[in-house]
Amino acid sequence: MQVLESGRGELIQPPDLEAFREWNRSYKPRKLIDKLMTEREAISRFVTDGCYIGTELYGTVRCPMSLCREVVRQGKKNLRVCGQGVLELDLWLAAGLVKKLDITYIGLEVYGITCALRRAVESGQVETCVEWSNGAISWRMKAAAMGVPFIATRSMLGTDTFAYSAAKVVEDPFTGLKVCLLPALILDVGLIHVHRADRFGNAQIDGISGFAAEMARASKRLIISAEEIVPTEEIRKQPDRTIIPYYLVDAVVHAPFGSYPGEMAYVYGRDEIAVREWVEASKTPEGAQAYLDKYIHGVNDHVEYLALIGQKRLTQMVAERERRE
Amino acid sequence: MDDRPYTKTDLMICVAARLFQDATTAFIGTGIPMLAAALATKTVAPNLVPVFEFGGTGAILEKLPRAVGESRTFHKGLVASGICDTMETAQRGFIDYGFLGGAQIDAYGNLNSTTIGDHDHPRARLPGSGGGNDVGSLCWMTVAIMQHEKRRFIPKVDFITTPGYLSGPGAREAAGLPRGSGPINVVSTLALMDYDRDTCRMRLVATHPGVTVEEVVANTGFELLIADHVGGNAPPSVQELRLLREEIDPERLCT
Repeated sequence: MQVLESGRGELIQPPDLEAFREWNRSYKPRKLIDKLMTEREAISRFVTDGCYIGTELYGTVRCPMSLCREVVRQGKKNLRVCGQGVLELDLWLAAGLVKKLDITYIGLEVYGITCALRRAVESGQVETCVEWSNGAISWRMKAAAMGVPFIATRSMLGTDTFAYSAAKVVEDPFTGLKVCLLPALILDVGLIHVHRADRFGNAQIDGISGFAAEMARASKRLIISAEEIVPTEEIRKQPDRTIIPYYLVDAVVHAPFGSYPGEMAYVYGRDEIAVREWVEASKTPEGAQAYLDKYIHGVNDHVEYLALIGQKRLTQMVAERERRE
Repeated sequence: MDDRPYTKTDLMICVAARLFQDATTAFIGTGIPMLAAALATKTVAPNLVPVFEFGGTGAILEKLPRAVGESRTFHKGLVASGICDTMETAQRGFIDYGFLGGAQIDAYGNLNSTTIGDHDHPRARLPGSGGGNDVGSLCWMTVAIMQHEKRRFIPKVDFITTPGYLSGPGAREAAGLPRGSGPINVVSTLALMDYDRDTCRMRLVATHPGVTVEEVVANTGFELLIADHVGGNAPPSVQELRLLREEIDPERLCT
């Protein structure tokens, strides 16, 4: 199969499938083990300086915000990140934790461009931005989840998004079509927030599943935060809903309102005022730092963070949740 | 009756909404495309099936989604799946339309939402492709909705984030993009454009109320083709404005 074109971007995390199989054989116990721990313990045990890390879904929707804030609190450095991000990656960028990006979209949705991303990239603090589409990054995880070295797509062809990626164009040996080959993405660490999980890591999501299934299967270390920790009997009542099986999971963190100020489908809505607070604060480095000082460094953990936000706001967000009707 | 004058954005939303065809599937991007889709489902396309990239298909758009993954993208929906499913559905040829925004566009409908200036040393780092490249690659017909300014409608975009017709006729197919796909319309704050079949270049087909052809040309940084008969887009109707202001976007997130 002849390579017709190569993207010039760096392959930040080259996949090693044999090593991934060995890893999954050696470091992923088949036994049901209690993995319940705090954000602090999970992040300090599994997130290392320089690691390749990803978050799911994104900043304002079912995002592991309590885990992301803990990463900032612990000051993990030189992170290589895939995103797909809104508030969560903005916090990391503002805190100067990110060295390299496999970037698909980092922005503030209807509020537009993020100033934290601009400062981090335009100053050269982020050394590399390798471009991908949202579909492509998800398919890269899907390839890793399949245990194969690449996946073919008909997206990204002919564009600068391809030219600045690490993908390749080949002629398909079966049909003769030009296709874009996306390298498998095996993450060192994945962070995913779910509706419910048991202590062993069996996890269920309500509503859209984003790319949780793919990321969970593509991560060497997987930290799950959950709104609710349920007995395994509850999981066994509806095993069809278990999108992430226990053997993929290394840590389970109980994080009620774990996606706040983002939303959690059917549980609480997003806090638009709090989202706007970051949009405004992040316009200047000083504002961003003051925000980090107040909401991350100024509190010890997620419990104290929620106390700072206050029950009144949280209750209001519950009232504004999407309802099943 | 509400007698506030309509805004340029209101008009752009209405003109875009009228492009939706009933009983079709349409990939909807963040912002104005969401407003246009919501308005379309309440007017010209009650059986529209909106598709949002992170898994929401067939939602009832009672409230305006503010993001492509939030609960309103699958409110009373038909399917709540994930991004691989929606993108693969487009790749198989099931998604008729894609509605997108962008910072810059050229005569062939290529869109930039990645960087202004050199990629590796950008003057401005923009958010990036998101699902835009996939939508522009894989949907049958794409519609761009843009502010009409000379600095946005430019001869050569700084970065082709999302493919239009690339360098012209045949270029999409030569690159390997699916046969018969591509951009069909641009809705701007000044006018409605389509693409000339032979040259794949953008062409003015109808101006908004009070806007002259000369004004559109003056605000376009490349040579814009002009249709033989340039029509006029109707202003927002009383019903369209009422729906936008009272039902779809009462908080006026987009004005």
